[in-house]
Amino acid sequence: MTIGIIIAVVVVLLVIVYISLYNGLIKARTYVQESWSQIDVQLKRRNDLIPNLIETVKGYSHYEQSTLQKVTELRNQLINTPSGDHQQAMAVSDQLSNTLKSIFAVGEAYPDLKADQEYSRLMEELTNTENKIAYSRQLYNSSVASLNMKLQSFPSNIVGSMHHFQQADYLEVPEEEKTAPKVSFDK
Amino acid sequence: MLFDQIAQNKRRTIYVLIGFCLLVMAVGAAVGYTFYNSAPGGLIAAVILAVGYSAVMIGNSTNVVMKMNHAHEISGTNQYLDLQHIVEDMALVARVPVPKVYVIDDESPNAFATGNNPQHAAVAATTGLLSKLNREELEGVMAHEMTHVRNYDIRLQTIALALAAVIGILVNFATHFFWFGNRKSDSKSGPFEAIMMVVSLILVILGPIAATIAQLALSRNREYLADAGAVELTRNPQGLIDALNVISDSAPMKAADASSAALYIADPFKKKRSWQHLFDTHPATADRIARLQKM
Repeated sequence: MTIGIIIAVVVVLLVIVYISLYNGLIKARTYVQESWSQIDVQLKRRNDLIPNLIETVKGYSHYEQSTLQKVTELRNQLINTPSGDHQQAMAVSDQLSNTLKSIFAVGEAYPDLKADQEYSRLMEELTNTENKIAYSRQLYNSSVASLNMKLQSFPSNIVGSMHHFQQADYLEVPEEEKTAPKVSFDK
Repeated sequence: MLFDQIAQNKRRTIYVLIGFCLLVMAVGAAVGYTFYNSAPGGLIAAVILAVGYSAVMIGNSTNVVMKMNHAHEISGTNQYLDLQHIVEDMALVARVPVPKVYVIDDESPNAFATGNNPQHAAVAATTGLLSKLNREELEGVMAHEMTHVRNYDIRLQTIALALAAVIGILVNFATHFFWFGNRKSDSKSGPFEAIMMVVSLILVILGPIAATIAQLALSRNREYLADAGAVELTRNPQGLIDALNVISDSAPMKAADASSAALYIADPFKKKRSWQHLFDTHPATADRIARLQKM
């Protein structure tokens, strides 16, 4: 009788632990997926802003045609990247960020362009998008870290392998962004 | 290390809050005893007042605090888009809903967060903060505020503010009747009554001071924690360090509300460092910067 009760209690406890570990893993995986979709939203937003930017600056002769072309090319490349390939998307996105930076650097030479309301609005929008990409990548990486830690540590690794949870890959952060502050075109 | 600090902070918070509640009751009893010959009556009145006032404040804290500090809401408008974007970024990394954003017309750079929980939070920045800081520095300040939101510091400060206000009301009431009311203490006699009388008077006089000390003790430790949390969000201690330097080098605010001083990222009144730091709302900027530099 007593032994029966003890076994029942142990079983119930094990089930509770199992459920909470499983839910923890699901939550960690959802965080990873959620933070990727946040990056994705920002990548799309930036792609929508780029044609406006090119339209606004193309009348100013100092912009080399090749730079503007490169932006358009990278944009198309990003659109054509398969949706599952996060690493590739971020690699293209980083190149695009750098090229955009050089466009804004040229913009500093034109006082009348800087005074243009449409241009300064675009600048704030693009700065905002760039920062959001950087911050959502940071969030993505910390979500990946917490998922991977759960999948490696006992006892959640047992539950993880029973349900075929996969470790996720970090998104690499470009070397200069680790040391330098986040982008700010306006300062 | 950081988690130890958070746990220790939570324990300390509970002690201070218990002390705070006892203080409200003691002051209530003292007022009742001194002026109405009824300590339990005063105590009950104080508890009712405290619970009622806290409930009203918690239900409506954002509007009340923002009004007290002359802040106006800019969320949903096209004003100060950069501030709104930065707040969105910080809410994103902190995984909290985007709080409402307010602006205060004041040349002195400062900012605070308030609200009942992360779902009903609000942050405010002065126009001086927006004009004097660059984007990185603003990010540091907003990340600090977002940490207050995420750690529920905003709710604790609201309760502390309400309890301090209740003690203020009780004491105001008492002093009013002390001068104009019909005191019944003449009917008392004997050494016990005399001692009780003195104790009560001391409580009435010292109550508000003790309330301030309790409120400030709650606030100071949380500033260090929020600084650490801000760096966790931005990964950029230098931004917050520069911002703190700019803020501490500026003139005091014109019209900050005294009871909400503890909410701000740095003391809005720029008081001189006081005796044994008991009355400081914030740790010294130099100490905060020293801790940030070690990160």
